[in-house]
Amino acid sequence: MSVMIGKDTRVLVQGMGKTGRFHTDKAIAYGTNMVAAVHPSRAGQTEVFEGETDHSGVPDRADSYRVDLPIFRTVAVAVAETGANASVVYVPPPFAADAIMEAAEAGVPLIVCVTEGIPVADMVKAKRYLEDKDVRLVGPNCPGVITPKECKIGIMPGYIHTPGRIGVVSRSGTLTYEAVHQLTLNGLGQTTAIGIGGDPVNGTDFVDALTAFNDDPATEGVLMIGEIGGTAEEDAAAWITANMTKPVASFIAGTTAPPGKRMGHAGAIISGGKGTAAAKIEALEAAGVVMAPTPTDMGSAMMEAMNK
Amino acid sequence: MKIHEYQAKALMADRGIAVPMGRVATTVDEAVAAVRPLIEESGNPVVVVKSQIHAGGRGKGRFKEYPDVGGVSVVTEGISGGIEAVEARVRELASQMLGSTLVTIQTGEEGKQVNRLYIEQGIDIATELYLSVLLDRASSRNIVMASTEGGTEIEVVAAETPEKILKEEIDPAFGLLPFQARHIAYSLGFEGDAFKNGVRFLDALTKAAVELDTDLVEINPLVVTTDGKVMALDGKMAFDDSGLFRHPAVAELRDVSEEDAAELEAKEFDLSFIKLDGDIGCMVNGAGLAMATMDIIQTVGGEPANFLDVGGGAEKEQIAAAFKIITKDPNVKGIFVNIFGGIMRCDVIAAGVIAAVEEVGLTVPLVVRLEGTNVELGKQMLDESGLDLVSASDMKDGAQKILELTT
Repeated sequence: MSVMIGKDTRVLVQGMGKTGRFHTDKAIAYGTNMVAAVHPSRAGQTEVFEGETDHSGVPDRADSYRVDLPIFRTVAVAVAETGANASVVYVPPPFAADAIMEAAEAGVPLIVCVTEGIPVADMVKAKRYLEDKDVRLVGPNCPGVITPKECKIGIMPGYIHTPGRIGVVSRSGTLTYEAVHQLTLNGLGQTTAIGIGGDPVNGTDFVDALTAFNDDPATEGVLMIGEIGGTAEEDAAAWITANMTKPVASFIAGTTAPPGKRMGHAGAIISGGKGTAAAKIEALEAAGVVMAPTPTDMGSAMMEAMNK
Repeated sequence: MKIHEYQAKALMADRGIAVPMGRVATTVDEAVAAVRPLIEESGNPVVVVKSQIHAGGRGKGRFKEYPDVGGVSVVTEGISGGIEAVEARVRELASQMLGSTLVTIQTGEEGKQVNRLYIEQGIDIATELYLSVLLDRASSRNIVMASTEGGTEIEVVAAETPEKILKEEIDPAFGLLPFQARHIAYSLGFEGDAFKNGVRFLDALTKAAVELDTDLVEINPLVVTTDGKVMALDGKMAFDDSGLFRHPAVAELRDVSEEDAAELEAKEFDLSFIKLDGDIGCMVNGAGLAMATMDIIQTVGGEPANFLDVGGGAEKEQIAAAFKIITKDPNVKGIFVNIFGGIMRCDVIAAGVIAAVEEVGLTVPLVVRLEGTNVELGKQMLDESGLDLVSASDMKDGAQKILELTT
C-alpha cells in the first residue's frame, strides 16, 4: 500500500522542454507508467524515450526500454485518450499556474508541480480555482512524490528509496534525500515520500499528507521535515495532537537562519517574528513528536519514535 | 525586492492613491530647491525631510555622525520665518543627512548610508492609522490588515492588543468587495468625506497590490487630514521577485546600493547566497540542506559564515563562482562542502570542486562530504586530485572536522 501514487498511476507530463524531457526519461527508466505529454504546438507527434532500465525501480522489467509518448494539444484530450490519472508539471514559471488549472479542469485527480519560481499571485489564483474541485495538488517548487518500486513522479533520485513502512513528507528537496538515505541506513523503508515544496502558497500541506499517511494501513510511522516560515508545522502539531494515531518524528531546518531573509525557498522566511524554527520545534514537541536534534539524527529519531 | 518610499509613493500616485506631494533629492541643492515649489503648491509652510533607505524605523533612527538628527525631520521654521527660513534649515539638515549613516531598529548597529532624501509637504493630521496588504499563508490569500494604532509597529500591536487589528480576506476571484472596504472604513472610525475617501483609497490600494505582484504594501501611518482627506503618509512596497518579469518598470526601481554586493554577485550565477556573521563558509545543494548544514555547524559549536545553495543543476562555473564568493569574505576560516547528489552526480560536483580550487586557489581548510549518486567515483576523484582536503562521512562528521581545523 501507499498514498497518492502506486502501480496503477498513469502519468501525463505538461512541459516537454529540456527539464521535462530529462525527468520523463528518468521516470520511465524507473518504471513509472508515463502515458502522455501535452504540448500546444506539437500535438500529434510522439516523443521517443529509449535507454537502460533503472533496476532500483519497478521490478521484473527488461534491461532496456523504448516508449513512444504521444503528445496531445490539451490535457482534456490526453486524459480522454489515455486514461491518465496524474499529471506532472514542468512548465516554465510564467505559464505553470495555468497548466495546473488546465489539469484540474480536465479532472486529473493528482497534479504534481515541480516548477520553481511561479509568481505568488498566480498560485493564489490557482489555489482558488482548485477550491471546489476534487483535485490534489502537490507543490509547486517540490521534488515530487515517489512510492518506491512502484511509481516515481518528479525529480528525486529513485535508487535511494526502499519500500517499507515509513511515510515521508517534506518542504525540502535534498534534505528529503538525506532523510530517506538515513531511513534506509536504519533499515526503515518508505511507503511514499511526498515533497510538498518550498513555496509560501502550495497545494498539499503537512496536515493533508499526515491525514493520508494516518489513513494508509501500510504506513506505520511518519517522518516530517519542516523549515522556517509560515505556520504549517504548528498547524500540523495541532492536528497530530488531535488525530494522529501513528508515531511521528521530525526535523526543522533553519534554527540559525536570520530573520527577514529568504533562505533559498520563497517560503523560508521569518517575518514579523513569525515562522521561527524554535516555535515549530516547541509545538511539535508538545504534540509528542520525536525531534531530531540535528539533521544527521533524522533516521535515529524515526527509530526512536517507532520504538516508543 | 524592496523599493524606496518615494518610489512606492510614485507608484501609488499613478494608481490614484492619495499621497503627499514630495520631491526626491540626491544633493543638498536639490533638497533646497524642492522647498519653494512644495510650499507654494501645498500652501503648507511645513516640510518634512525623510531619509530614503531600505529599512524601517527611520523616524526614531539617529545618525551616527549627528546623534541629534533623526532619520525623518519635520521643518517648522516656515510657520513664522517664511520660505527662506525653511530653505536654510533644509540646507543644514540635508548636508548633515546625505552621506551619513542612519541607525534604526532595523539596520543593525552598523547602520545604512543615506544617499537620497525625500522632501515632502507638511500635512495637518487629524488621526493616524495603520493599513497593509499582504499574503496570509494560512488561507493562501492576500489580506488587508487595518488598525487604529497608526505609527506603532504592527508586530507590537499584534503582541499587545491583537483585538485592535482587523483583517479582511481578498478573494482572488473578486478582489476586495465594496462592503469589505466599507467594513474596514467603519472600523477605522472614518466619517463623512473621510469615509468616502477611505473606501476609495482601499479599493485603489488593494488593486495596486494585486496588479503589481507585491509581497507587502504597508501604509504606516495612514492619515486622515483635518479636511477629511485620506493619505499615505508613509509607504512601503516590496515585490514578489518571481512576478517582476511582468513589471519591467518596477524592476528598474531596484537600488543595488541597498543590497549586499556578494548576494548580488551570487544572483548573477543563479546561486542563492546570504551572508552571515560566522567564520565557517558552506556550500550546499538545496535550500533545506543548506539551512540544515548551517544548523549543524552551530550545533557542534561553530558559526556559519553564509547560506549558500548551488541549486540542483550547478555546473562547474557556478561552483567556482560559489568558491570565489565564499573566500572573498575575510572572516571565513574554513569551508564545508556538503552535497547530497540526486540528479546532480557526485563526480560532477567533485570535478567542479577540483577545478574551482585549481582556479581560485585554496588558503583555508576544506572539508567535503559527498553522498548520493556516483558517490564512490566522486570521492575517488577528490582523493586522486592531490588537493589538500578532508573527507567527511556524514554531515555531523563534516561539521566537526571543519570546526577542529578552524579553531
